[in-house]
Amino acid sequence: MAEKEHAAAAALRYSVREGSPARMALAGRMDAYSVGPVWTSVLEAAARAAGTGELVVDLSDVTYCDGSGAALLYSLEQSAAQRGGALRMNGVTEAVEGHLKPYREAEGVVSARPPQDQPWSRRLRDGVSTVGQEIFSQIAFIGEYGSALVGAVRHPRRVRWGDTLRVAEAAGFQALPIVSLIAFLLGVILAFQSAIAMRQFGAEIFVADLVAISLLRELGPLMMAILLAGRSGAAFAAEIGTMKVNEEVNALTTMGLDPVRFLVVPKILAGVFVAPLLTLYANLIGLLGAALVMRGFGIPMVAFFNQVSDAVDLTDLTSGLFKAAVFGLLVASVGCLRGLQTGTGAAAVGRSTTSAVVSAIILIVIADGLFAVLFYQLEI
Amino acid sequence: MVDLNRAGADGMDDDEAVIRVEDLTMGFGSMVIMENLNFSVRAGEIFVILGGSGSGKSTLLKHMIGLYSPIAGRILIGEADMARAEGAEREDILRQVGVTYQMGALFGSMSLMENVRLPLEVHTDLPLEAMNRIARAKLQLVGLAEYGDFMPSEISGGMQKRAAIARAMALDPKVLFLDEPSAGLDPITSADLDQLIRRLASTLGMTLVVVTHELASIFAIADRVIMLDKETRSIIAEGDPRVLRETNDHPWVRRFLRRSETEDQSA
Repeated sequence: MAEKEHAAAAALRYSVREGSPARMALAGRMDAYSVGPVWTSVLEAAARAAGTGELVVDLSDVTYCDGSGAALLYSLEQSAAQRGGALRMNGVTEAVEGHLKPYREAEGVVSARPPQDQPWSRRLRDGVSTVGQEIFSQIAFIGEYGSALVGAVRHPRRVRWGDTLRVAEAAGFQALPIVSLIAFLLGVILAFQSAIAMRQFGAEIFVADLVAISLLRELGPLMMAILLAGRSGAAFAAEIGTMKVNEEVNALTTMGLDPVRFLVVPKILAGVFVAPLLTLYANLIGLLGAALVMRGFGIPMVAFFNQVSDAVDLTDLTSGLFKAAVFGLLVASVGCLRGLQTGTGAAAVGRSTTSAVVSAIILIVIADGLFAVLFYQLEI
Repeated sequence: MVDLNRAGADGMDDDEAVIRVEDLTMGFGSMVIMENLNFSVRAGEIFVILGGSGSGKSTLLKHMIGLYSPIAGRILIGEADMARAEGAEREDILRQVGVTYQMGALFGSMSLMENVRLPLEVHTDLPLEAMNRIARAKLQLVGLAEYGDFMPSEISGGMQKRAAIARAMALDPKVLFLDEPSAGLDPITSADLDQLIRRLASTLGMTLVVVTHELASIFAIADRVIMLDKETRSIIAEGDPRVLRETNDHPWVRRFLRRSETEDQSA
């Protein structure tokens, strides 16, 4: 009869003796750390030695056995039953029996969740219903906050101006460093890239026209809106989402305060207010960056800014600022909406934040496209 | 390796202390909460830390599990000083203790099964099948085997606390720390949880350190209690709560354990 002794790095050893009945002796500690390395080999050795016959497992040399050790014993039991064999354990203490009990009890327990396997028609119906509910909740939110905004215009004293200023400071003033960096680099890159091409025709001075019109009408508002979405839209969603998870939104409702008026209106007003200001600031910094580059190409700053003032008029500036205000409205609204739609748990806040940024960027791009068509039609 | 295997399940000396707190002074910065605490927790017992709100019960628990460092003194888990253990020694101690927090602290993005399996995945070489089997048995132990594929947000607060206990037991710790296990639960759920705690100690030989101020739970589960006092920043009573209720002279202890409205009624 072949007898093999195995010693794992952990202190669980086993030996197997073939025969009728086959015998397996376990010795040492049986815990989560010691059974792992020998788990597969113990089960395989037991199957090889016993086949469909009886297996006697001797535990008399086991010095310690906890729940994980019992898991191995239970797996031996199960594996023997699957082979059509039998298993008998010698030296089982009361404590080991106690650890084995939950394994035996858990056998055959079925999930309390209703079966998920539904016909395609049911899944389609559920899918359509979910999309419908989503659209309904967005329309309801737009109606709710539209009415809150009208209320704010009709009764300005009811607006929480303190909160509005606090949000405006966080979304606007505190964003100046990043806005400065991005706008400056945008101006530098635009000027540099176009100057290289224009130089071939001796038309470097027209770089001022190109940069000014692009920044004021298009890139200034667009870049600021994307920055606002990443910085403040995400913050609005996370703040309101966390309040939702902590039931603070419910607390507002039960205190008779409308969460939309209390939480959303200040953020939307702040968004609409700071977006044009940030855009104006970004335009100036961008033009400054471009002017510095052009100085390197031999065009004095005075000449550059003279050219800028000839190239653009007030309509270019105001149309860009108007777009920025609309983008600010979209970013703040979608950030607040996603925050209010937050489910439960920390992961839900993360999902809301991601969704707020992605939705805001999509809406900004769509709105920008619509503005392009509208301004063309209106010849602005 | 630090070895706490002295619990009843091993048939070793039950009277031996698994945790010894010696001259512990704790606090935050210059604010001292408790001074010169001395007590020990015996293997296999349910040891309850009592005290009024703000007396430092949970802070003491967090010191015992090594989340906070004491201002002075030692917390010996087995033979190792939890306050000063580092690296591998600290990991050894932490593997032998399980902790559940006041709010359950289950990971919301994982199912109950995945929550319970996580410590096994991190610390052992067990194959997936074995980890699933163990996780399922732990959930069965707390009566949640059929909820393994549920997310924490889909189950009640009481179930979350039981699932948190299952996760804390994944590696079969020798000592289980429970912070306010029955807080916010209805009396029936709370009584079920007390029963579970008793069962863990009696059938699995686990040592439990419980922070609570639920009077019904204290008498249902505690073998021994210590009572912390915010005013004197010390332990004002130690022993069997049933005996303390009848014999202790300290008015606050009597009032606490009898739930009297005034000092006169309890005296």
